[in-house]
Amino acid sequence: MKKRHGREIKGWQGKVLRVDLSAGTCASEELNIDWAEKFLGGRGLATKYFVEEVAADVDPFAPENKLIMAAGPLTGTYGAANGRYMVVTKSPLTGTIACSNSGGYFPSELRYAGYDMIIFEGKAEYPSYLQIKDDKVQLVGAMHLWGKSTSETEDQILAEFHGDAKVACIGHAGENLVKFAGIINDKHRAAGRSGVGAVMGSKNLKAVAVRGTGGVSVATPKAFRDASMEAYGLLKQNPVSAEGLPALGTPVLVNVINQLGALPTRNFQQDTFAGAEAISGESLAATYLKRNKACMGCIIGCGRVTGLKGARFQGEGEGPEYESIWALGAACGVDDLAAITKANYICNADGMDPISLGATIACAMELAEKGLISQEEVGMPLQFGDADAMVRLTEMTGKREGFGDKLALGSYRLAESYGVPELSMTVKKQEFPAYDARGVQGMALNYATSNRGACHVRGYLISPEVLGLPEKLDPQVTDGKAAWAKIFQDFTAVVDSSGVCLFTTFALGAPQFAKFCSTATGMDFNETALMELGDRVYNLERVFNLNAGIDPSQDTLPKRLLQEPISDGPLKGELAHLDQMLPAYYQERGWSEGGIPTDDKLQALGLA
Amino acid sequence: MQKLIRIEPSKCIGCKTCELACSFKNVGEFMPSRTRIHNEVFLDEAKFITVTCMQCDDPWCEKACPKAAITKEMPSGVVYVDENRCVGCRTCVSACPFGMIKYVAATGKVEKCDLCAGDTPECVAFCPTQCLTLDEEDKPLRQKVLRFVNTMKDGHQEV
Repeated sequence: MKKRHGREIKGWQGKVLRVDLSAGTCASEELNIDWAEKFLGGRGLATKYFVEEVAADVDPFAPENKLIMAAGPLTGTYGAANGRYMVVTKSPLTGTIACSNSGGYFPSELRYAGYDMIIFEGKAEYPSYLQIKDDKVQLVGAMHLWGKSTSETEDQILAEFHGDAKVACIGHAGENLVKFAGIINDKHRAAGRSGVGAVMGSKNLKAVAVRGTGGVSVATPKAFRDASMEAYGLLKQNPVSAEGLPALGTPVLVNVINQLGALPTRNFQQDTFAGAEAISGESLAATYLKRNKACMGCIIGCGRVTGLKGARFQGEGEGPEYESIWALGAACGVDDLAAITKANYICNADGMDPISLGATIACAMELAEKGLISQEEVGMPLQFGDADAMVRLTEMTGKREGFGDKLALGSYRLAESYGVPELSMTVKKQEFPAYDARGVQGMALNYATSNRGACHVRGYLISPEVLGLPEKLDPQVTDGKAAWAKIFQDFTAVVDSSGVCLFTTFALGAPQFAKFCSTATGMDFNETALMELGDRVYNLERVFNLNAGIDPSQDTLPKRLLQEPISDGPLKGELAHLDQMLPAYYQERGWSEGGIPTDDKLQALGLA
Repeated sequence: MQKLIRIEPSKCIGCKTCELACSFKNVGEFMPSRTRIHNEVFLDEAKFITVTCMQCDDPWCEKACPKAAITKEMPSGVVYVDENRCVGCRTCVSACPFGMIKYVAATGKVEKCDLCAGDTPECVAFCPTQCLTLDEEDKPLRQKVLRFVNTMKDGHQEV
């Protein structure tokens, strides 16, 4: 029986699986429940383990870097969308802490096998993969899987290990250390951003396969069921979680953001895209959509199962999602939905983040437009709107063929190598997602201060500023945005640490998560405690980044967003007014004027 | 009229909430390995198939049980296992052609869907898409007949 101070542990499984790849050993150890109480699970708890065990200045590809796969205390339960896990490591793309989230079925299965997290350390001598069947765990050779796509890898593992196993693995991109390689689970779900797949590749770890036959128990079952029924009801009444996302998936946003005038086009040179309708969620539903799909325990079901049948492109899989459609589409000036869908399939097969990839190709297209890259160097003509070139470059990047070898470094290093880093649309070297921040000021502040570089899922200010949830804010106003950014960032850290999908937060707030977490664990996670926990996680990440040499001067945006007004559309003339918000944000966070968490602040959070 | 869990596969999104709800209610844990309703996800074909006990009129499991531990109760029509009589011999497990009755090592007994013994079945209560409903058995059939009849009617007008 799992116990703590004589009391049975509920919610958490209470076990951590530690895999030493260098030694080839696997050992189960007790979860540090005192840390779990302060950091919950998933993103927060994995980051706590990570910063305790890994030096901030570690080379991301060195064996001394570790990679943690962490579920939360709600992963594998029901009521909202409770099937997520987080991959935490040091990012080869940004040099910051990386945490990448994914759903599907793998995260829940890890919990049914009895573990809250797996810590990978060292580096395997040869390509290997991990087999978990409840408490039977072993590392086995993966030479026969190296070089295979993520889909082929999963099929082979199901055939040779266990037909009901769930698999997370890397493809060509992770093996080839593409700086934005992701980890794919259940064939189409991705812990996509910040290069977590490349770290896995650097450790010669091809895959993790898990079969779990145990259960997840909660402290007060009846109260947990009541909390779940309440959440279910709220999600079923909310226009985004009950209508927009189920009907059209995340691509519901293509037309919304284009009409707002914040759909970055041709590497952020324009902000409305004439081809938006052709690549919208509505177009996807009318063409390649086969059916909607959910992750484990999710009642929203935003996944899009699609198939391509045509002369130019074939294939089937999931997606593209909104961000992928934008990056491989509008950012590159491409309005060919078949080409975008095909490139997205390649990204899933190779295990590669389509956001960073598309944005990097867009950057290369602008470099070519400005005459900085020659046709000979790329091996083909390169201009905005060329769908075939976009697909070809996607293929070349995962395999690092020709010019793909340069694209594999991400847009910052690419633009820097031509002497124009300002043409890279990145923060802390990570590419922006699909929302311009000029004219959406809260989003600008969030981008600049996100702990993993430019990112929409660290503080989705689009929700209040554009969608009007939980209340409508004027996107062009800077006043008050510092407080909103902090609340969104902290609450996101809570959700990411719980094992629940961020998409539930259109309908659910801190009161619902307080009920979920308290009834699952039997500990008192009231709203105040949870928001403080989020603040604690955010500060823990911040301190790691500072120790890793990412100084506060990097809390900024590309010159284009700060100094070049939007050139077209409803937001024409707008800029990101970061300087009007950043001092207030530092103050709101309890940091020094220079952006450093103060000793008092860290002590108050129990971090000092 | 007997009520049954009716399954409309086209509405399924593969979330396995039914498996979670079933095991949480009947086992007390979220434990898909102990679910009595099975939501199978075929990733490549994008098909989701859900199956559970259909409470047979003349159940193989009942006939096979040497201890008379399995009975079909009327008027509910639910096929129950009497845990006090079950000796864990697994004869019913062999007899059921659908694999819908299962021996559980932890209890030494068999278990199967009993439509949550009079409550609204928990899988139905939590199904997010109404893929699962608790219906009298002729209602969905009547809907299918009407769909077919309407197709015929449209065709008739064209002629």
